[in-house]
Amino acid sequence: MPEQLLQQIVNGLLIGFMYSLIAIGLTLIWGVMNIVNFAHGDFLMVGMFTSFWLYTLYGLDPLFSIPICTALLFVMGMLIYRFIVSKVMAGPMLAQLVVTFGVSIFISNLAVYLWTPDFRLIAKPLLSGTWNLGAVQLSIPKTVAAAGSIITSLAVFLFLKKTRTGKAILATEMDREAALLMGINTDRVNSLSFGMGAALVGIAGAFLSTYYYIYPQVGGLFGTIAFCIVALGGFGSISGAFIAGILVGLVQTLGGFFFDPAYKYAIVFMIYLVTVWIRPQGLLGW
Amino acid sequence: MLSVSDVSVGYKGLMAVRDVSFHVDRGEVVSLIGSNGAGKSTILKTVAGLLHPQKGDILFDGGHIDHTPAYDIVKKRISMIPEGRRLFGRLSVLDNLLLGAYALDSKTEIAEALADVFGIFPILETRKNQRADTFSGGEQQQLAIARGLMSRPSLLMLDEPSLGLMPKLVSEIFDIVCAIVRKGVTVLLVEQNVFEALQISDRAYVLQTGRIVLEGKGADLLQSDLVRKAFLGM
Repeated sequence: MPEQLLQQIVNGLLIGFMYSLIAIGLTLIWGVMNIVNFAHGDFLMVGMFTSFWLYTLYGLDPLFSIPICTALLFVMGMLIYRFIVSKVMAGPMLAQLVVTFGVSIFISNLAVYLWTPDFRLIAKPLLSGTWNLGAVQLSIPKTVAAAGSIITSLAVFLFLKKTRTGKAILATEMDREAALLMGINTDRVNSLSFGMGAALVGIAGAFLSTYYYIYPQVGGLFGTIAFCIVALGGFGSISGAFIAGILVGLVQTLGGFFFDPAYKYAIVFMIYLVTVWIRPQGLLGW
Repeated sequence: MLSVSDVSVGYKGLMAVRDVSFHVDRGEVVSLIGSNGAGKSTILKTVAGLLHPQKGDILFDGGHIDHTPAYDIVKKRISMIPEGRRLFGRLSVLDNLLLGAYALDSKTEIAEALADVFGIFPILETRKNQRADTFSGGEQQQLAIARGLMSRPSLLMLDEPSLGLMPKLVSEIFDIVCAIVRKGVTVLLVEQNVFEALQISDRAYVLQTGRIVLEGKGADLLQSDLVRKAFLGM
């Protein structure tokens, strides 16, 4: 029993770090633009499929397609902001709410049309197998993915805190009008943040493709979980999303362990309801 | 230096400012005074590029700026310190100041601006790593002015710098404004503290419901019946 519990905690952490990375992209976009990007999970799906096709068509291992997925998603995010999202920024609330929803439906259905709704796996990734640490089995792809998530999250954090552009993003997030008065082109900040948010799930998608099923609707699950994490961590808070991601990973696996695996997502979504109920600003929200 | 002619600005069909004309010459302190809702802040925001006029012209050093976006106005050496300070509360004092210098490209110029500002406000240097939202109201106003100076403006616009401060701090803020003027910065001031504002102003304009109703030298306006009755309660 204690060994199994330890194993579940480890599994929870591994998936949790992945969740953190996905949620940081979402919370960044929300923080800067006050827009929930409902297409966030679908961006992740595009990242996973990019990795899948680079592997299938060119034999490129997911580990090496990370830079390509990152760059592709960054450009895709910027273009979607520039040509779709920015057009409704000055419009009514409802338009802002619905626009990314529309993008989501479009992307996932386009993926079904192009690639069929089938589930796929990358047959033989470089990263496979497990490390046997006595009491605990560490899945190698999951461990590497978790390490990659931590490094990426840390890089985002340092970028925002230490660089001129990062500080311009934070300033825009806190007070758009004051940022404009400082000489910050806030529209460019929007497009950069949207690109960054998408690029982060590009990285996450490449990592996830080494051990997770790849299918057009995969974004729905991850996108919804990321939304719960962002709500739990506090909308717009990067460190909140990081911590909440780990918590949700733990709750999911431990919930499955103590109750029934069938309920694991129900328990995750229950956290969302409880958060909204007792602490709507989230753990680290302001 | 700055010339505003026949400018009208409105929000969603409602005109907040109608046919306003005024000018500010280099080296002057000019005040816009008037009661709440007279359109003073709207005028500053329009010069700063946060709003754009429906009609009229705004010229700065001879060039049109009426449809220049706010982030480019700063590069033309016009800086606005908004009402209510609007600091980046979760960032440090130093980060706030460096964001104030966002429009500057040269590192040496940024370092010079920082040294100048620390010269005027020594307290900011000793507490530069502190978060801005831990400051008291008076200190925050000092930081807001310092941040506005970081872009090395030739024209500095202040929107209600004394709002919400206790009397002792109000006169401190006006002393600081005078010190900035002595450094050769031109000042356009919006204030509800009419008495103090007119005392330090070369000229002033009185606004009522979006129109300029009176203009003159600061000292003369202090004697005028309209100003004395409407704003000074005399």
